[in-house]
Amino acid sequence: MRRIITATVNNSSGVLNRITGVISRRQYNIDSISVGLTEIPNISRITIVVHVDSLYEIEQVSKQLNKQIDVLKVSDITDEPHIERELALVKLSAPASQRSELNAVIEPFRATIIDVGTKNIVIQVIGTNEKVDAFLDIVRPYGIKQIARTGITGFTRSAKK
Amino acid sequence: MLNIPSNALPSKTGAEILIDSLKKQKVEMIFGYPGGAVLPLYDAFYDCDIPHILTRHEQGAIHAAEGYAKATGKPGVVVVTSGPGATNVLTGIADAMSDSIPLVVFTGQVHTPGIGKDAFQEADILGLTIPITKYNYQVRDVRSLPRIINEAFHIASTGRKGPVVIDIPKDIGVSRAELLDPDTIDLPSYQPTFQPNSLQIERLMKALKISHKPLILAGAGVNHSHSAAELLRFAERYEIPVLCTLLGLGSFPHEHELFLGMGGMHGSFAANMALTDCDFLINFGSRFDDRLASAPNEFAKNAVVAHIDIDPTEIGKIIPTQIPIVADIQRTLLQLLDFHLDGKEDSSPWCKLNTKRKTQHPFTYDHGPTKEIKPQQVIELVGKITDKKAIIATDVGQHQMWTAQFYPFCFEHQLITSGGLGTMGYGLPAAIGAQLAFPDKTVVAFVGDGGFQMTAQELAILNEYQLPLKIIILNNASLGMVRQWQEKFYNRRFSHSVFKSLPDFVKLAEAYAVKGIRITNPQTLEKDLREAFAHPGPIVVDVQISQSELVLPMVPSGKPNHQMEVFQ
Repeated sequence: MRRIITATVNNSSGVLNRITGVISRRQYNIDSISVGLTEIPNISRITIVVHVDSLYEIEQVSKQLNKQIDVLKVSDITDEPHIERELALVKLSAPASQRSELNAVIEPFRATIIDVGTKNIVIQVIGTNEKVDAFLDIVRPYGIKQIARTGITGFTRSAKK
Repeated sequence: MLNIPSNALPSKTGAEILIDSLKKQKVEMIFGYPGGAVLPLYDAFYDCDIPHILTRHEQGAIHAAEGYAKATGKPGVVVVTSGPGATNVLTGIADAMSDSIPLVVFTGQVHTPGIGKDAFQEADILGLTIPITKYNYQVRDVRSLPRIINEAFHIASTGRKGPVVIDIPKDIGVSRAELLDPDTIDLPSYQPTFQPNSLQIERLMKALKISHKPLILAGAGVNHSHSAAELLRFAERYEIPVLCTLLGLGSFPHEHELFLGMGGMHGSFAANMALTDCDFLINFGSRFDDRLASAPNEFAKNAVVAHIDIDPTEIGKIIPTQIPIVADIQRTLLQLLDFHLDGKEDSSPWCKLNTKRKTQHPFTYDHGPTKEIKPQQVIELVGKITDKKAIIATDVGQHQMWTAQFYPFCFEHQLITSGGLGTMGYGLPAAIGAQLAFPDKTVVAFVGDGGFQMTAQELAILNEYQLPLKIIILNNASLGMVRQWQEKFYNRRFSHSVFKSLPDFVKLAEAYAVKGIRITNPQTLEKDLREAFAHPGPIVVDVQISQSELVLPMVPSGKPNHQMEVFQ
């Protein structure tokens, strides 16, 4: 099962090593990991997507992560109302003749063309994992030259009441 | 003329700050070995009044620090140089991590500009030690040194104890800084839970109330939290039988009628059967290691499980737990003792059953006339000669298990042994550390001929530091435990487990000006051992035992605890 773990950690060198070590030592593969600064100085947020076989396993991983001295808080947000986004850059083969068609294809995804070359264009798309996957399926026939994905980042939604 | 005397400077060097910090932490001794990258530190040690114990190998230094830490409960301090000096302590660090031993290990590092450039004697110690330390630091600014050392001692010795590494680049030792003295520890992400949840205490006591077959499992946590006295009161008040893990030995008196012995792979019949039959298991500070719970699905199958541990990751890791308590064991026991419990179910038939099993099937060995010395008898006799009062260190293997089975442990921190990692070569240096901590106590090292040869060079320091260690080699000229498994599970194919040549251990001892004797005659065993213990200084006793002697009973790996085998 796919689980999304977020962790706030001290922004110190080696912290990423510790986090990935805890996960890989238990033989789980990290799908994606993204790290960035937060509103608090010297605190970073790490979002990890990992595949495990059971809730027991993800609980064990979360506890082990929490035990790390540089880790402030770990949450498994998968089953909570949450927002997740990832950004993908896709370089597509795009002869001049196909460009207007491509524009129409990517428009429903609210993707944007951010670089234009003689043979290729680069499209930026933002969304959930599924949306990015769907987008890639749609544009694949045009000839994908390169993909760069950030992996998802996210947190829980604000209360609505 | 720039001729300012150094004491006129308003600041101190990194090395001086280090010594000040160690003094502030009341460090009694440093175990170490010098080298290029720690020359600035060693220059400061030259006229420092904290004793420095110079071992003959870095592995000796770290195991000695472990022995010191285990015997005292205080952090052991190690200083080694960069590269090979640091990699030589990796085994000891992993060992301390496994057994939750507080250590602060200072590793030298090449000078800051050389880091990451494959400088002479450079190794990425920070990277190498991440998975085997509780935490590690590299000092990048001399001004952070006092804070880092303060934090390191705090982290090593609180919560679930463990090793902390501080990697110090060579230039930090000579860099100067104004003295900043942080007295407060500011680690918001490190806040161990000490106080038990009162609701869970109540749940535990309610489960105890309705239990007919309660059982206490005492692990290393009881020793770490100095809770033997509280455990005894609790067990006696409610008449609960107690079994120990290897590292829990000493936390409950051996001769007590409620004591069932060690459980697990080489545990007693009574302890293993009690684990199988109990309806309520209270685990104080054991991590359900696979040498205890080799078949987790079959383990204490009929029992409600309560698990008290300072480390939340241990709870539910191996055995599903109905009553989890994350807390210090001593505080938990005090609260349990404060709880007023009325009308507890009668568990006296259960106690009687356990006592019967204990008397009918004690640990035993062939007492018949024999030409060869029985290792079990050696340990029993040493228990008698030392009146149960010796601090016992062991190496790893058959002799370790015999010691666990036959020495009458009766006080906290009495047994110093490598449990989790099973590190051969641990015994002699760990015993040295314990003897340094308690110079007036009798310290005995039981070692095998295999493990002893891994760190025998530390014999060199016995006279230097006047350590009257009693080293008993249970010599079967083989790697006995490997041989035992090969005999039982690998069709007697004794692949590389029998030594074709051994040194003369008596002469080896004598080469280090340590008295050495050899004991071969079972008829005069007690007299010979008494003579050895009467010797005032250090002594190496080479006891020749049979190669075919096995550690029994044995729960084969992966089998439930009630399926003990005696291989007869």
